[in-house]
Amino acid sequence: MRYALRRVGFFVLTLWTCVTLNFLLPRMMPGNPAIAMLARFHGRLNPASLKAIEIAFGVNTHQSLWSQYVSYLHDLLTLNFGTSITFFPASVSSVIKSAIPYTLGLVGITTILAFLLGTLIGIVGAWKRGGVLDSLLPPLFVITSAIPYFWVGMLMILVFGLKLQWFPYTFSYDPTLTPSFSWPFISSVIDHAILPAVAILITSVGAWILTMRNTMITTLAEDYVKMARAKGLPGRRIMIDYAARNAILPNLSGFAMSVGFIVSGAVLVEYVFNYNGVGYLLVQALNAEDYPLMQALFLLITIAVLIAILLADIVTAMLDPRTRAAR
Amino acid sequence: MSIIAGATTQPEGTGLLTVGGPAQSGQAVGRIWRSIRQNNKAFVGFILLGIFTLMAIFPWAIARDDPSAEIYARSAGPSSAHLLGTTYYGQDIFSQAVWGTRETLIIAVVSGALSTVLSVIMGLAAGYLGGAADAVLNYVTDVLLVIPTFPLLLIIVAYLPHAGVPVLIAVLVVTGYSYGARQLRAQTLSVRSKDFLEAARVRGERSFYIIVVEIIPSMTSLIVATFLGTAVYNVLASAGLQFLGIGNPSSISWGTMLYWAQNNEALQTNQYLWALVPGALIGILGAAFALVNYAFDEISNPALARVPLGRARFGQARYSLRRLHANRAS
Repeated sequence: MRYALRRVGFFVLTLWTCVTLNFLLPRMMPGNPAIAMLARFHGRLNPASLKAIEIAFGVNTHQSLWSQYVSYLHDLLTLNFGTSITFFPASVSSVIKSAIPYTLGLVGITTILAFLLGTLIGIVGAWKRGGVLDSLLPPLFVITSAIPYFWVGMLMILVFGLKLQWFPYTFSYDPTLTPSFSWPFISSVIDHAILPAVAILITSVGAWILTMRNTMITTLAEDYVKMARAKGLPGRRIMIDYAARNAILPNLSGFAMSVGFIVSGAVLVEYVFNYNGVGYLLVQALNAEDYPLMQALFLLITIAVLIAILLADIVTAMLDPRTRAAR
Repeated sequence: MSIIAGATTQPEGTGLLTVGGPAQSGQAVGRIWRSIRQNNKAFVGFILLGIFTLMAIFPWAIARDDPSAEIYARSAGPSSAHLLGTTYYGQDIFSQAVWGTRETLIIAVVSGALSTVLSVIMGLAAGYLGGAADAVLNYVTDVLLVIPTFPLLLIIVAYLPHAGVPVLIAVLVVTGYSYGARQLRAQTLSVRSKDFLEAARVRGERSFYIIVVEIIPSMTSLIVATFLGTAVYNVLASAGLQFLGIGNPSSISWGTMLYWAQNNEALQTNQYLWALVPGALIGILGAAFALVNYAFDEISNPALARVPLGRARFGQARYSLRRLHANRAS
């Protein structure tokens, strides 16, 4: 219980830090970038939204920093993130809402697949120590881990999109269709997700393999595994019930954490594929200097990660009593 | 292959746990060099790093064309005059690739080194001083550790338009030191009560002396691993940022080459090499650092690792996993 409280305490403190950082960053930066932005948008936005942006970034207001901070917190709590400049006059929340399903679908499913695939390969690799899987994959992973992920995406576009023309390589669905729950639309979404999904999968599966394999190897040296062997239990039973069940903990808590990273999407992969998810939205906001959208996205991403880490800590503490005592 | 099989029994991919007195550190350099020659991965990694260093220092010896001069035929294919063809703007791609090594390598090495220094200061101070100092330093590190790095990088850089290389390096250092600091802190905690430190305290040495002369040398391999790991990450992160056009797009680096290639739809317009070459070079440079790092793990683990409590191992594994997955965003 004390452990859980301490984790919740850390969660609240970190959340507060991020929220405050988000508030202070634009105000601390040299020459307040928001003023430059406002100058460019003068005459293009209506006076009301200009005023709203001015207030949000503390420009031309005679409020003290403290009262700006209070109203900023109030806006956050009421989920009022203001108006997006890129997608004017849509509100920031509605813009984000339209991007989230695509990112959750693409990155969510690939995260689950990478976890399952990597864990399985890791288990078998460690069990058949010195086999093909075991001697080939770790060095291979060392190399793939250093390849820029977006570049793998570019390779996929070149080979499977442009040369072989097997899959579409831009946007998240056929733009001639209108989004609906019909089969043509859904199949188009799946078609468009395949290349980015494979690009993410190729580059992320190695982390799961390596962690699972290494923990599994340590676990296989434990006395209770020797005991199981001595009892003459079948190999598969030792591998799954004795070794893998205990070795999977780091991977499980890693999985819980990477659930938080799903929301941030795969920024550069989405960018390369013009995949209209959260990551691509962040790049668009960045290029257009759309600060309200950027701030809201950053908060959303951070909060998702924080919640996932909190959950990961609690789940681990429930599964593994040793962690409860650890700092 | 037997080296790999024998050495990677540690649960953590990058974690080094070298618990040892200062007596061992004197022989460390010689031991490391001997191991590099014996370890294929380390050897390949070092050779590659050597080639890239030469390319960064003497680019004019390899590529005679001016990398930014827009004077050649546009979008030409490979030929004897232009080994890798030319860009849409009529620049020589081979020359750009060679000259681009310098900025890429500088960003990786300088930001890697600076963030390692910051990791050492924060981690050792927190671990050794304990108490309130530990609480504050560790809190700062923990917060930076959980904030998703790449989005944070994007946000900070977004507020600094026209940021040059120094700003890029500063941002990478601030956002990238936390992982190493956490590992070094854990390591400091575990050596804190060792006899050789106790002896130094009894002699009446000051904390500063103990940290610099006694503790840091005993952690050489962990510090080197931190540097190499951060360098790999920074190669990827800075390439990602430059690919998005952040920083100075008119500078010559692999990341900005990718930016211009993407902006001119190089893939769609049959100018593959423009996009593929810089990406491949980034991959090879990253792999070189990663190979040295991986080999370093193998070299220093079996001889030195005295594995601490199960939960400590577990905690480390979690954070290296967190690190591995954080990379995905870029």
